[in-house]
Amino acid sequence: MFDGLDALLLARIQFAFTVSFHFFFPAFSIGLASYLAVLEGLWLKTGKSVYLDLFKYWVKIFAIVFAMGVVSGIVMSYQFGTNWSVFSDLAGPVIGPLMAYEVLTAFFLEAGFLGVMLFGMNKVGRKLHFFATLMVAAGTFVSAFWILSVNSWMQTPVGYEMAANGQFLPGDSWIAIIFNPSFPYRLVHTVLAAYLTTAFVVGGVGARHLLKDRANSHARKMFSMAMWMATLVAPIQIMAGDMHGLNTMEHQPAKVMAMEGHYESHPDGAPFYVFGIPNDEEQRLDYAVGIPHLSSLILKHEWDAPLAGLDTIPDDEQPPVFMVFWAFRIMVAIGVAMLGIGLWSLFARWRGRLYEWNLLHRAALVMAPSGFLAVLCGWITTEVGRQPYVIYGLLRTADAASPLDAPAVGASLLAFIVVYFTVFSVGIWYIMRLMSAAPKVGEMGAKRGDTGPIRTAGITPGPTQNPGDADVLPAAKEEAE
Amino acid sequence: MDLTVIWAFIIAFAVFAYVVMDGFDLGIGILFPAFQPGQGRNRAMNSIAPVWDGNETWLVLGGGGLFAAFPLAYAIILPATYPLIIAMLLGLVFRGVAFEYRWRDPGHAKFWDAAFTGGSLVAALSQGMVLGALLQGIEVEGRAYAGSWWDWLTPYTLLTGVGTVAGYALLGATWLVWKLDGEAQAKARKLAFRAALATMALMGAVSLYNLGLNDDYAAKWLTAPEIYYAAPVPVLTGVVALWLLRAIGKENHSKPFWLALALFGMGMAGLGVTIWPNVVPHDVTIWDAAAPHRSQVFMLVGVALTMPLIIGYTAWAYWVFRGKVGDEGYH
Ligand code: HDD
Ligand code: HEM
Ligand code: HEM
Repeated sequence: MFDGLDALLLARIQFAFTVSFHFFFPAFSIGLASYLAVLEGLWLKTGKSVYLDLFKYWVKIFAIVFAMGVVSGIVMSYQFGTNWSVFSDLAGPVIGPLMAYEVLTAFFLEAGFLGVMLFGMNKVGRKLHFFATLMVAAGTFVSAFWILSVNSWMQTPVGYEMAANGQFLPGDSWIAIIFNPSFPYRLVHTVLAAYLTTAFVVGGVGARHLLKDRANSHARKMFSMAMWMATLVAPIQIMAGDMHGLNTMEHQPAKVMAMEGHYESHPDGAPFYVFGIPNDEEQRLDYAVGIPHLSSLILKHEWDAPLAGLDTIPDDEQPPVFMVFWAFRIMVAIGVAMLGIGLWSLFARWRGRLYEWNLLHRAALVMAPSGFLAVLCGWITTEVGRQPYVIYGLLRTADAASPLDAPAVGASLLAFIVVYFTVFSVGIWYIMRLMSAAPKVGEMGAKRGDTGPIRTAGITPGPTQNPGDADVLPAAKEEAE
Repeated sequence: MDLTVIWAFIIAFAVFAYVVMDGFDLGIGILFPAFQPGQGRNRAMNSIAPVWDGNETWLVLGGGGLFAAFPLAYAIILPATYPLIIAMLLGLVFRGVAFEYRWRDPGHAKFWDAAFTGGSLVAALSQGMVLGALLQGIEVEGRAYAGSWWDWLTPYTLLTGVGTVAGYALLGATWLVWKLDGEAQAKARKLAFRAALATMALMGAVSLYNLGLNDDYAAKWLTAPEIYYAAPVPVLTGVVALWLLRAIGKENHSKPFWLALALFGMGMAGLGVTIWPNVVPHDVTIWDAAAPHRSQVFMLVGVALTMPLIIGYTAWAYWVFRGKVGDEGYH
């Protein structure tokens, strides 16, 4: 299947494939973990059962997402060694410790409290259970913190010394390494991305059930919460993205040139290309449709500011433009669409039609998976845009790979593709099935009780099994708004 | 004390923690077909459902820790055992998702049960074979692996692989003796007994094979003065083994499990004696592979601050789910 591809290209495809799959799950679970914490907190505070029901509805989905995130993540942590051994040897002293901190401060935290969060509702008190939920949510954030610090250091390496054997050694400040120049921007932008991704999934599911039954109070609640997120976070995300881009222009100018499709320098004001087919061979943008001066306005906040193009960069240091150019445009388009939904829902709220406006619900449903696409495109922009380097300006991707033969990498890549598509498609299908069931009063909550042995004995959850339900169920009926 | 040595012990501890903790999870996967579909299997799986993720995290610490503390070793061992590592990772994918999928889709529970067993088996076998490949020696040139990509497949690595499968089965079975009761417990007891015999036989075989594997290893175990430090290991192992067989026969609670852990502890000590002071036999010592002082110090601070907490809340999570597993599952 992969005849004629060299081991390096296969390794690159394999890394891109596995990390893209991996990232889908954290993008959802970072947001969902926080959402669950909010739901449980609101339940404890207000005592309204709708929050508990929603918690139980989403925690089932969270369990599956999380399992898929963990298994695909473990694959990632070993791939540095299997496929990028030269990189591991050379960069290990700097980034290894950061990844070790991720394990110590994040992965153990998530994993340690996950069991209690999923299965412990009736084993520990409510407060303690809430604490476990909070710890899982905190763990997902801390995990993002460290791994993004690693990735950002590779984009904007600082604070290191070169050893005689070619290794990167830490300089005297770890703070400088951890908080490298692109890290704060990347952290904010990525975590907000996870919140938006989750908000649109939750909003989409709420919208779907509103389309079937406008009176469903649970669907109303989740739709409303998700739309608040969209309204508030989408504009912040666009601002964060803009600042991220300005920072990138300072540190990785070639990436921004590729994002903009600027093969040529523009001494007196650069256009923003809305469309174009990048042509690396001829170093020009075919069929370009541009808005004059807009790029200078965005990037320099000045109408006539000069902008350098890829013609100032030696050929062998240029990233491939096509993927970067288009991935960036798709991400930005989705960001704008998300803002649009947020504003529309605000308008609907003001007119009192938030739960009645079918067209809004349809639009939210269509947008449900958009966050995943945006996140994927964002990473493609970031990662392809830094080529041909894996440690920017210092270590080329081509010099970082393991001494493996193409057939070995080809075989593993094929195995990953087959296994990931089957296993994760099935998981996603289970998630869709859970999401297509309407959220209801007295939601069954995490798992075992659903299909586990007790279910065959009787449909109603017994009080010992589910004390949370037992004491709020009567209240639930009155409260059904 | 030399930080490099401390780090060698920390990594060894992480690997040991992984082997025994995920060892019993994988062991339950391996033994799964011996239990009846339905209640027997549900209970066996529920006995580890709340903790398996935490157990597996030690694998990330072992691998990530090696990357951080001995980057050169990480960069040599992983390419050298490439197919095994990939197989292990894919095995862990199947067994990991089976925990969730099995309950979501009763219609295909059989299929996910098979994935649970197959994934566990492949992961255990690969881990054992990686160990064997490491012990039999890895060819290194400069700072990279220089062997061919089938070096990891020999009769010796197959032996260590099968030995690991048996050992994990033993851990899994003794865990189930602890967590189950009634008929299922009797079943687990029977399995534990067989797994114990197999584990001991294979441990013995691997040890003898080691002596023949190369002169270095033999010298360590058979000449003075090393023999005085080394000799207690096999003697104690024998004592633990006999005690374990007795305990499996009659104890209802945790004792067989703890003794199985002790058996693994002895095996680990034996490995330590054999491999010391190399991290990649026979060319790379722990000092060759070590990360620079600054990296070691920085991480040591992290370990010192977090490890007590990690052990604390992990123990708490086990405590929450203590006792025999009933029918209701955890809800
Ligand atoms: C829901 C997800 C999402 C949305 C709506 C957006 N982004 Fe984004 N973007 C990401 C998710 C993302 C990401 C996945 O989180 C990336 C990949 C790596 C990173 O740092 O963040 C990213 C990278 C990324 C980069 C590359 C930075 C670099 O690595 O050098 C830029 C310049 C932007 N974004 C800018 C924007 C702008 C101007 C947006 C809105 C109009 C926008 N993003 C919307
Ligand atoms: C943190 C350590 C990371 C390392 C060492 C790393 C390294 C690499 C390497 C070596 C490639 C192949 C180079 C190439 O394609 O030319 C690549 C590509 C890619 N990576 Fe990363 N990356 C990291 C993080 C991430 C993360 C966290 C993501 C997203 C979730 C990501 C997404 C991608 C994508 C989408 C590609 C495809 C690019 C392409 O095909 O060229 N990377 N990365
Ligand atoms: C090359 C890059 C990456 C590697 C090597 C990696 C490694 C891992 C590993 C080993 C796990 C499993 C942890 C466990 O056992 O509990 C995991 C899960 C996770 N990772 Fe990644 N990861 C990468 C990229 C990312 C990125 C970019 C993010 C977020 C911004 C992220 C966030 C998470 C989160 C939140 C989890 C918890 C499980 C989940 O929510 O799905 N990871 N990752």
